[in-house]
Amino acid sequence: MEEEMHTDAKIRAETGTGSSPRGPGCSLRHFACEQNLLSRPDGSASFLQGDTSVLAGVYGPSEVKVSKEIFNKATLEVILRPKIGLPGVAEKSRERLIRNTCEAVVLGTLHPRTSITVVLQVVSDAGSGAQLLACCLNAACMALVDAGVPMRALFCGVTCALDSDGTLVLDPTSKQEKEARAVLTFALDNVERKLLMSSTKGLFSDAEGSAPSTNQSLPRSSSSAWL
Amino acid sequence: MKETPLSNCERRFLLRAIEEKKRLDGRQTYDYRNIRISFGTDYGCCIVELGKTRVLGQVSCELVAPKLNRATEGILFFNLELSQMAAPAFEPGRQSDLLVKLNRLLERCLRNSKCIDTESLCVVAGEKVWQIRVDLHLLNHDGNIIDAASIAAIVALCHFRRPDVSVQGDEVTLYTPEERDPVPLSIHHMPICVSFAFFQQGTYLLVDPNEREERVMDGLLVIAMNKHREICTIQSSGGIMLLKDQVLRCSKIAGVKVAEITELIQKALENDQKVRKEGGKFGFAESIANQRITAFKMEKATIDTSDVEEKAEEIIAEAEPPSEVVSKPVLWTPGTAQIGEGVENSWGDLEDSEKEDDDEGGSDEAIILDSVKMDTGIEVSDIGSQDAPIILSDSEEEEMIILEPDKNPKKIRTQTTSVKQEKAPNKKPVKRRKKKRAAN
Repeated sequence: MEEEMHTDAKIRAETGTGSSPRGPGCSLRHFACEQNLLSRPDGSASFLQGDTSVLAGVYGPSEVKVSKEIFNKATLEVILRPKIGLPGVAEKSRERLIRNTCEAVVLGTLHPRTSITVVLQVVSDAGSGAQLLACCLNAACMALVDAGVPMRALFCGVTCALDSDGTLVLDPTSKQEKEARAVLTFALDNVERKLLMSSTKGLFSDAEGSAPSTNQSLPRSSSSAWL
Repeated sequence: MKETPLSNCERRFLLRAIEEKKRLDGRQTYDYRNIRISFGTDYGCCIVELGKTRVLGQVSCELVAPKLNRATEGILFFNLELSQMAAPAFEPGRQSDLLVKLNRLLERCLRNSKCIDTESLCVVAGEKVWQIRVDLHLLNHDGNIIDAASIAAIVALCHFRRPDVSVQGDEVTLYTPEERDPVPLSIHHMPICVSFAFFQQGTYLLVDPNEREERVMDGLLVIAMNKHREICTIQSSGGIMLLKDQVLRCSKIAGVKVAEITELIQKALENDQKVRKEGGKFGFAESIANQRITAFKMEKATIDTSDVEEKAEEIIAEAEPPSEVVSKPVLWTPGTAQIGEGVENSWGDLEDSEKEDDDEGGSDEAIILDSVKMDTGIEVSDIGSQDAPIILSDSEEEEMIILEPDKNPKKIRTQTTSVKQEKAPNKKPVKRRKKKRAAN
């Protein structure tokens, strides 16, 4: 399971801290997904990871405003709404990250001059921004699949936290995130297991940063998210 | 995105059905759709499903300075958002009318009825009070937003727990949830909105209209009531003129409905409290069905099949015998075959009818006959294209002569594109439109 390691970053088997003990290989908390739960959007999905839950709705390919139309591909729009208050800068930056990820996999050239809108609503938030981003990515992917939007690959979002002693913890709880030295969120595609997007917060060395994407168990855990 | 317009036939169908006391989903006139309430892991979070209309409600609190003219009262803030996933027409700039109307109605229902005791939200008079903020998000629009939103708001408020505060002289201590259990809000009563849709200038009414019924309704009457039969708000919109006894009747119906809904809410709140106390699992994850198919399913509906046999026999007796089917195809050339003879134009005299009807009639007729002869081997393209033989001119309205298939079968083979042909039994020239051809 941990054969190929390029650094001394270890995957630690998770025990305690409120969650059930996790095995070393698939150390993600319980997650669930439900598709096609809304009648109006073309595709919808609800993704729950631990205590974070996001509902995604997709409309598309559909009519686009002339000001936003692109002549040779579809215009992808991502809207993220928080549960409390008005959307702010953090939401805008997450929208951009999710949009870039979606644009990399969605075959927009099959539907030029149309718009594909992904609307994300935070249903419950455990307080961790990184966990929320991963959950949004997963919900967006499942909703795009439900809407039948042509994609070249599926993608998923995974969060991991680097401890002060360099231990890598997958899918950290909010407490672990607060105590971690660095928190990294990755979006991976399922065809070539390549990195689509990464968003990191904190201090970590170059080798430690490349370890998650090359490490076997991270893609394996994330592939267990795909049905 | 622009709202998809409702077609005339759909409108007529709905109105006719309502006149016959029939609703599309099989409900009775005074029936509500199924209400489902689920709670999240944190306090004050709930999702209410009224049929397919789904609203997410979240209550949060904050310590702020009070308003200058109300120094001893807490602040209530309501915000209903029509999320863009609820309907394709809900775009940021477009929904202001409906949004303002719903928000205002919600405020009148909850704030002006004084269902929450704002005096109890005061911590230090004139300096610190609790601001309770209720955020409602409409997730799916299938009609009757206001009812679902009012239920979600009151359920979320009843479910919410604010941090405990103790004041000792000048010292104010705010306890975290770990130190002391959070306390619920002080709620006097639970106002719930009930919507009545009126059709045909007030002749027919429906309770809890769904999205289609809302589109064809003349006006809407919303009555907010609590279980003690006290009316908190009444609003009539749409310009319908109602009689006094109509309004009284509606308020009686509302009383009955509110009692039922309040009971449902109480049960849901009790269930959630019990689960939390017993340490069981709670939250949205538990309300998701496990390993069950939930998409594309419909609820059972009872159908009365007692007179089906009689009706079927009647239809069979009155129907004409089916015409003989010619099953053998006639092969004109490799790639062109014909089955049957086609039918007469059943749209009537095209010369006198309107231009638009003409367009549809002629083209539809053309399609029915063409599909008999079309083969996937040869590409059928416009007659207006450059390679086709110039038999027909470019003018939009001109009677075009249709060739017989046996006159030039060789032409079809040698040319890269084929000519659309039609074997009209009486060689009557059929009017065609170039526009329609271009679409094909």
